[in-house]
Amino acid sequence: MIENRPVLTFLSHLILIFGVAMIAFPIWITFVASTHTDIRMTQVPLPLWPGDQLFVNLNETLIGEGAAGTNNVPVWRMMLNSLVMALSIAFGKIAISLISAFAIVYFKFPFRMMFFWLIFITLMLPVEVRILPTYEVVAKLGLLNSYAGLSLPLIASATATFMFRQVFLTIPDEMLESARIDGAGPMRFFWDILLPLSRTNIAALFVILFIYGWNQYLWPLLITQDTNMTTIVMSIKQLLESAEATPEWNIIMMTALLAMLPPILVVVFMQKLFVKGLTETDK
Amino acid sequence: MANIKLDNLLKSYGDTEVLHGVNGDINDGEFVVIVGPSGCGKSTLLRMIAGLETVTSGEVSIGGKMVNNLEPADRDIAMVFQNYALYPHMSVYDNMAYGLKIRGIAKSEIKRRVNEAAEILEIGDYLKRKPRALSGGQRQRVAMGRAIVREPSVFLFDEPLSNLDAKLRVQMRLEIRKLQKRLGVTSIFVTHDQVEAMTLGDRLMVLNGGYVEQFGTPIELYENPQTVFVAGFIGSPAMNFIPATARDDGTVELQNGDVVPGVATTGTVTLGVRPEHLVPHDKGMFQIKVLMREQLGANTLIHGVLKGTDTEMVVSLAGTHDISEGAEMRFSAAKKLLHFFDATTGKRLS
Amino acid sequence: MLKRVHFPTSYLPYLLVAPQIIITLVFFIWPASQAMYQSLLIEDAFGLSTEFVWFENFQVLFEDPKYLESFIRTMWFSGAVALLSMGMAIILAGFADRVIRGAMVYRTLLIWPYAVAPVLAGALWVFMFNPTLGIISYFLEGFGIDWNHYLNKSQAMGLVIMAAAWKQVAYNFLFYLAAMQSIPKSVIEAAAIDGAGPLKRFWTIVFPLISPTTFFLIVINAVYAFFDTFGIIHAVTQGGPAGSTNILVYKVYNDGFVGLDLGGSAAQSVILMILVIAMTVVQFRFVERKVEY
Repeated sequence: MIENRPVLTFLSHLILIFGVAMIAFPIWITFVASTHTDIRMTQVPLPLWPGDQLFVNLNETLIGEGAAGTNNVPVWRMMLNSLVMALSIAFGKIAISLISAFAIVYFKFPFRMMFFWLIFITLMLPVEVRILPTYEVVAKLGLLNSYAGLSLPLIASATATFMFRQVFLTIPDEMLESARIDGAGPMRFFWDILLPLSRTNIAALFVILFIYGWNQYLWPLLITQDTNMTTIVMSIKQLLESAEATPEWNIIMMTALLAMLPPILVVVFMQKLFVKGLTETDK
Repeated sequence: MANIKLDNLLKSYGDTEVLHGVNGDINDGEFVVIVGPSGCGKSTLLRMIAGLETVTSGEVSIGGKMVNNLEPADRDIAMVFQNYALYPHMSVYDNMAYGLKIRGIAKSEIKRRVNEAAEILEIGDYLKRKPRALSGGQRQRVAMGRAIVREPSVFLFDEPLSNLDAKLRVQMRLEIRKLQKRLGVTSIFVTHDQVEAMTLGDRLMVLNGGYVEQFGTPIELYENPQTVFVAGFIGSPAMNFIPATARDDGTVELQNGDVVPGVATTGTVTLGVRPEHLVPHDKGMFQIKVLMREQLGANTLIHGVLKGTDTEMVVSLAGTHDISEGAEMRFSAAKKLLHFFDATTGKRLS
Repeated sequence: MLKRVHFPTSYLPYLLVAPQIIITLVFFIWPASQAMYQSLLIEDAFGLSTEFVWFENFQVLFEDPKYLESFIRTMWFSGAVALLSMGMAIILAGFADRVIRGAMVYRTLLIWPYAVAPVLAGALWVFMFNPTLGIISYFLEGFGIDWNHYLNKSQAMGLVIMAAAWKQVAYNFLFYLAAMQSIPKSVIEAAAIDGAGPLKRFWTIVFPLISPTTFFLIVINAVYAFFDTFGIIHAVTQGGPAGSTNILVYKVYNDGFVGLDLGGSAAQSVILMILVIAMTVVQFRFVERKVEY
């Protein structure tokens, strides 16, 4: 600190605490709602402090019937679907980006630049703008209501490829030269040298992609009609609609809490990797 | 063990030719230093021998076998890089063992070789450490160890000492020299430092602008430089060069009218004389106006100009001398210590 | 771009790029070109025949007051989201940078909304502002404000803006804090010796030095508000009431999947693509030029 102004420091903390309270308030309210009975959650004003129904609600939501409107798919099944989708997207993206960045940086081959630009273009085509024709392609391939259909169209990513390209470019040329003199072929070099040297970047990217995958909404909404394939993030919308008829807000908010818990845990506990991933993929 | 033959080696990047036909025979067990200023193509030449650069034309042979199209791994060479290129995620042991593992050498044999190399280099205590936990000198040793365990027939060194501090550099220089003599492996060492080159090499290849200026023993280069470039590059402080005109009687005339014994030729020549070969003499042929004096203890450096011209001159005298700045002094040099070069081509006139 | 030394040419690099290229072609390039092609077609009401009409779909769009309204609304919405979330983030980051002790604790407490899916963010806010039950609408009633975003257009817009900004504060905060912490302390100290107080220092030293971050965040926030807020709109208002929160990305979905106007939806997709391309170009052209501290 430049000067000693206790009042200003106190004020800083006050404002920050107020900011944290504002940011946390919606999540607090969600948590509180998930700890009361459905009856209590229809009485105005709604509670601001937690009740004692947390585990009852958790039990009912996770393995019980859940709220009306979810067509009786248990929430654990939806969370499993979300997990499979998030992991497939994260691992899939990392795998194909790693090898394509490897090819583009370490090989000189005809059409190399064409491939590079082809990958670059995907940066400009978020799923939202090509939604209808992509749906048609997936339908034609018979991938509706499948994990492949959920994840494949989201797997190609220019940002991940660019990040790995950047990482590889910072690895000294002598690493490769030394490995070649040691007799390592391309794939051996990739496994023994490149992968170990990129592992923090891979982990950082994994954190970002896991959140990205878990939070997908529009795409799963379109291609899953089978309720067995519903993801937990998707189910919130159905729950909100059902709330008009049966306002089980305790269960709805418990579901919301379960839906945001995995990515929040990842962000908070892998904060360092998360920040690294965020700053490296976007810049 | 192997000899190396470079036959008219040429390298170009697109339209730019960087090496213009390099020839040279390196004998089995010899330590050859390729030396030259930065950008002269010395690293490129080494990398072509290693197989890290393609050969545009000409031939590289190792042990009598043409290796132009062989992968680096198949040339039976080992290389030590300027920045060492240690694998940062592997321990010292794994760094040294990696090349052997890839070659499918038995675990026990790998262990024997790594331990032996570690003992020679005195790095046995660090085998489990990662490179980042080592000092510069230790990393340097590991890089050497990685080359030794391979038991190759040729060692290639690409300025391996330039990242070390001055003291460590002198020490490692001696160690490399001793090690090479002990192992007797043919070695090529690239450096821009002429002192390093003179102390290390059995023979030196002086490279300038992609051409070999001279290839010979350190003493040959010092006593008989074949070009102005070599004459100026080898030796410290550098040789004095004085423009002069040849006369019919086998003498040359300096710009201030003084006459010096010379060679039988005509036209303008460059007269070269080393600072340490100039001695004070009442009737000396070089009249020097002293501008500055540096007392180094073991010797004294006199900076000045040739009287009546603006040709700068340096004289190195053994011991201490009390010479006042602004004084005029005469120096002479033995006739066999005067070097004459063609003023236009820079070639030696015998 | 390419390593000085590379592996010799073989079939291997083609194998390595193949997975990504195939997925890109099948799920990106092909659908995008389909969208472009469909944007030039009109399908009759029964879906029996299609007619190639060149740019008629675009002409119809640009003459459609609803589309133009949606366009302007989207700009408005993006601007408000960016301003609100960046404003909050810069204030919080400014104070967090000051306190040093505890800055990382505040960071941990402020970043989690980033992990919340947009549709969930929408659900949380719609719950707090539920006209009959919501805790905040209950408080607002105490102030004599009758909150009902199902009927009141500006309240609906306000709600989606708040939900969208809330989720983005975390991201902006992270980048602002990192930018502020990378300013050398000596620069700030020099200003303090020159007699500049904390507020003056912020405006004359810190703010100009973090301007590249501000510019970068404007682009990122615009992209976020344009495309990533679909879930929020879908959960909170579904574009209503009376289309008052119907932003472009929601309209593409609505016209295509609900209204089944394929040509029109495709034309909207193409316009959105052009917008993304423009934003990407801006980002790459200007954001690369980072100020060296």
